[in-house]
Amino acid sequence: MTGLSIQNLSMSFDLPSGGAVQALQDVSLDLKSGELLSVLGPSGCGKTTLLNIVAGFLAPSGGEITLNGRAVHGPSADRGMVFQKGALFEWMSVRDNISFGPRMQGQREAEYKDEVDHLLEIVGLQDFKDKAIYELSGGMQQRVALARCLANHPDVILMDEPLGALDALTREKMQSLVLKLWKETGKTIILITHSVEEALLLGERLLVMAPRPGRIHTEYRLPFADLGVEADLREVKKHPDFGVKREEILSMIWDMEEEIMGRSGDSK
Amino acid sequence: MTPFLIYVAVFVVSFYLVTKLQGAGIRDFTSLKTVTFGDESAVRPNRIAGVISIATIFLIWGIFTGSVIVPKPLHAPAPFEGTAEFTYTAQKADGATDDALVRVVVHPRETPAETAEVPAGDGFAKNDAAVVAQWRSVLIPWDKNDETTRKEGAKIVAINGQPITPGGTVDFDFGSVTLSDKGTPNFEPSRGLQMEPLYLPSPETVWTRTVKIFKEGFRNFSIWEHLGFSLYRVILGFILGAVVGIPLGYAMGLSNWFRGWFDPIVEFMRPVPPLALIPLVIIWAGIGEAGKIILLFLAALWIMAIAARSGVSGVNISKVHAAYSLGASKWQIMRHVIIPNSLPEIFTGARVAMGVCWGTVVAAELVAAEQGAGMMIMTASKFQNTDIVIMGIVLIGVIGFGIDMMMRWAERYLVPWKGKS
Repeated sequence: MTGLSIQNLSMSFDLPSGGAVQALQDVSLDLKSGELLSVLGPSGCGKTTLLNIVAGFLAPSGGEITLNGRAVHGPSADRGMVFQKGALFEWMSVRDNISFGPRMQGQREAEYKDEVDHLLEIVGLQDFKDKAIYELSGGMQQRVALARCLANHPDVILMDEPLGALDALTREKMQSLVLKLWKETGKTIILITHSVEEALLLGERLLVMAPRPGRIHTEYRLPFADLGVEADLREVKKHPDFGVKREEILSMIWDMEEEIMGRSGDSK
Repeated sequence: MTPFLIYVAVFVVSFYLVTKLQGAGIRDFTSLKTVTFGDESAVRPNRIAGVISIATIFLIWGIFTGSVIVPKPLHAPAPFEGTAEFTYTAQKADGATDDALVRVVVHPRETPAETAEVPAGDGFAKNDAAVVAQWRSVLIPWDKNDETTRKEGAKIVAINGQPITPGGTVDFDFGSVTLSDKGTPNFEPSRGLQMEPLYLPSPETVWTRTVKIFKEGFRNFSIWEHLGFSLYRVILGFILGAVVGIPLGYAMGLSNWFRGWFDPIVEFMRPVPPLALIPLVIIWAGIGEAGKIILLFLAALWIMAIAARSGVSGVNISKVHAAYSLGASKWQIMRHVIIPNSLPEIFTGARVAMGVCWGTVVAAELVAAEQGAGMMIMTASKFQNTDIVIMGIVLIGVIGFGIDMMMRWAERYLVPWKGKS
């Protein structure tokens, strides 16, 4: 069986002040190889926790994750991670950052050189390959992060708000790039975002999570990611369904937020 | 007081002159800022002020030491030099008075002089002669050669015609005469406003002494050996401290057990000034070379351990997570992520540690040493060679500054990403 399978995942832990937190409750999810899932939800709904568990940085207190039939324990090269920012190695050039994974596996330069050059071309950084990380703009840095992840050939790519720190224009360009890379490489991708538009545009499947305890609220299957591979993303946004879905999800999240506010209001 | 007033005057006058003359010249972006008070980035050191500041120090130094680097008319009044004369009026027990001349040769301390020749004169009070060095005073045994003595009731009633009683003072051009309680005049030549070379030698004295020491050495060792020994101790102590401290800091940043074990020790030892350890180190290791190296090792150790520890804790957890997700092993993460990421912190620590070590080595050498910069100025001070003391302080400052500059240069070269992520 290929793909990522999450079965009855739960996560709870004690607080130093006493009491316990239920961060995730009974989350089940099956992701076929090559699917792109975007995850939305108000803050505190456990989406980053979910991603960290899949990545292997956190251990769940219940449930099981399997990737291609094998259980997941701890981080490994089969699940690549793209962070919002600050995860690149400033002491290495762009090229050394991208080739980090292959080098750690003991590959020689001759083995990974073509691949790295190819990735530099895909993300449009061939003229910047010898630059230092701090000489690049924020958008370029995220391109490096994407390329670094791809160079390692992971089965699943986990993206934790990868475009969250970028300005609006750069963000649009990067959204197209993510779709292009997804189509070209056929990777399974889980993308966490705060932006409803981004989730709709990039998510072949879209998961809305609810907080306290973190759980899956609604799941959608969407056509926009496939449309976006071919067309301009601005055209996709004009699709009649796009606006409808956006309003639906936004009001869903608004309701959750208001519920939280109301609840905390009561407890005071 | 006067030097301070001159300093303030130069500060204020040059401020108005320079800002007035310079004002229109600069036309860069910062010159267009209207809010500069409170905007630190708009405060740029005025280079001319820097030059004037240094020149003023030498100017005041020159003025008050009668230096050749300052034109003579600007010199502060010099101490009197030459032959001073005054008369005293002695009174015998029966009330008769007589005047006598006192001639005093005042000479610089370095050039001894003979007592002045003076004719005996007439009357019962005979003329006297004396010799005195500048900035010193001399008692005049006036009645020794007179036809009457204090025992017979004679006393001095006036100096230069001005009446005086025991304890009183008469001032005149050459200096002042104070009558002691027993009635003996004490002549003190005029001091002027210049500093005695014993306290503050002139710049050229320091310079010639520096040249001489550079040529001939000091106390059996050349100047290079003195400075080299101090530097060698600092570098050896620092390297030992770093070699032990950095791995210790890493261990404290990576393991609960190490953190728990060494935290109390490091946190306790850090605030102990290394100088406070000198007595204990001397008791344990003696005053030889080993003691000094141990002291500097201890001075550098805690600083480097803490720098390495905060270098590890300063690593963005995303970097470590990313490296694990890229398939790196623990050792690879240490080698490729944690160590390079901690280098900026370690360099900052190394700069602090080198500064502290340099200060500590000088202090340790003040206490006991055969050679070294601190020993040089301490020995010179015991022999009142103020010029060597000043030279030594300047050299210590120059080397300390040089160490810091080299560390900064190495930092820019080795960790160019510092503060840019």
